[in-house]
Amino acid sequence: MLSNITIGQYFPGNSLLHRLDPRTKIVVLFALIVALFLFDRPADYLVMSLLTLAFMLLSRVPLRTLLGSLKPLWWILLFTFLIHLCSTPGEEFAHLWVFSLTFEGLAHGFFICLRLVLLLLLSSLLTFTTSPLKLTDALEALLSPLKRIGVPAHELAMMMTIALRFVPTLIEETDKIMKAQQARGADFVTGSIVRRLKNVVPILVPLFISVFRRADDLAMAMEARCYHGGEGRTQMKQLHFLPLDYLAWGGTALLLAVLAALWLL
Amino acid sequence: MALIEIEHLSHVYHAGEEGEQTALDDLSLSIERGEFVAVLGSNGSGKSTLAKHLNALLLPTSGACRIDGIDTREEADVWRIRQKVGMVFQNPDNQLIAAVVEDDVAFGPENLGVPSAEIRRRVDEALKAVNMTEFRSYAPHLLSGGQKQRIAIAGTLAMQTEAIVFDEATAMLDPEGRAEILSIVQRLHEEQGITVVYITHFMEEAAAADRILVLDHGRLVMDAPPREVFRHARELRALGLEVPLAVELRDRLRAAGVALPEDLLTPAELVAALSGKGGAASGD
Repeated sequence: MLSNITIGQYFPGNSLLHRLDPRTKIVVLFALIVALFLFDRPADYLVMSLLTLAFMLLSRVPLRTLLGSLKPLWWILLFTFLIHLCSTPGEEFAHLWVFSLTFEGLAHGFFICLRLVLLLLLSSLLTFTTSPLKLTDALEALLSPLKRIGVPAHELAMMMTIALRFVPTLIEETDKIMKAQQARGADFVTGSIVRRLKNVVPILVPLFISVFRRADDLAMAMEARCYHGGEGRTQMKQLHFLPLDYLAWGGTALLLAVLAALWLL
Repeated sequence: MALIEIEHLSHVYHAGEEGEQTALDDLSLSIERGEFVAVLGSNGSGKSTLAKHLNALLLPTSGACRIDGIDTREEADVWRIRQKVGMVFQNPDNQLIAAVVEDDVAFGPENLGVPSAEIRRRVDEALKAVNMTEFRSYAPHLLSGGQKQRIAIAGTLAMQTEAIVFDEATAMLDPEGRAEILSIVQRLHEEQGITVVYITHFMEEAAAADRILVLDHGRLVMDAPPREVFRHARELRALGLEVPLAVELRDRLRAAGVALPEDLLTPAELVAALSGKGGAASGD
């Protein structure tokens, strides 16, 4: 029943984007998001759209899968578009009840939606082409300079690793508990929403108890294997920048410079 | 100097509080390098408490526990002790930390600050030693219980521990998984000379050890080779323990008047002894 849940949306492959160092991908994504918000003239949008399209083709992730990630955004896009359409002052082309629909609103709404779509597509490209484990390693590496000001980079990464490890185990366990309850007549699918929520409680209680027991065991196992935080720890799989990464850094810097120059002109 | 030395060790849970409970009571024993020792005892006999003392997860309430001469109460040396004595716990699901098999095996050496290339070498070697190389990039939840326990063993091998303590490591496995783990443990013991402390309540597994310790209410009541221990089947039963099937059969046959050696231990020996008799009987 719960077996069709996957963590993350990694799409295994060996494209250029897959081979890029995860740290590079995070930094480039960050830079592009900043650019998206900074530069908002039609020409800028065109450049960013073409760039995103190029990345989508490079990633070799099926287009349908990529566009599927926009699904949850659909209602937000529609809502955003309508708000902008109705609330932007300018040359009116139609009147609807108390709202005046303007050409400026049409354009504004379109570009805001485009921005949201590009934002989501770029972020999805990161998670589609990077396994959660690599993301975790990259996050630890990128945050580690902030350790000095008290950011627990290693601890955050360790939490993510353990979460990734235990999500499938806990899903299995939930499934088992649900089946045990169903075997004794519990009903999770019919009845009012309140009733259904009430029926979830007998699942959550044993699940929580088991999670704490597991955490206790795990802590002991980690201690037995000499875990004592990130201090003095090494890693088997080290991240290495390749020429491809330098290319990506350079390309992004150049793009930002050009956009900034055009903006200032 | 013995690898593990325990002198007058007592451990009391919730000492001085309500519900005070003595788990180990004035226990003294020592385990030499390269020994394969099984620990038997019914529930509450203190087996697990003993196991957790062997790598300083628990500290003695009184008495001493020394690993390779290092007292486990020396806080500064606790990582050195855990590097010498590894642990494999009961629940296969709750001791694997990483989301990929090889990353999990690397966890120990990573904590010890071993250089990357060396970790890679050790991980490959450890996975090979437990026949799990082909599963290196699997997620742990896709493995069977026995396979998970093999990964846990590989995790301690990668730390190059001298001894491995198995704290009822086969209790949650199916018979196939149990046999798998025992054969790997025996092989590691023979080929790599690893000291094994094997806590179990499966008598057939204990019979494979060089020496058996029997605990009862936190006290050491027997300390002898399996042949010697299983000679005292009646005492074992009085302690709430079973005996191996071959021993059970041996005793019943002896009671029925069949002449069998009283230290007979394995099914193979039983078969040999009985078929020898069969031959003698038909010769009559």
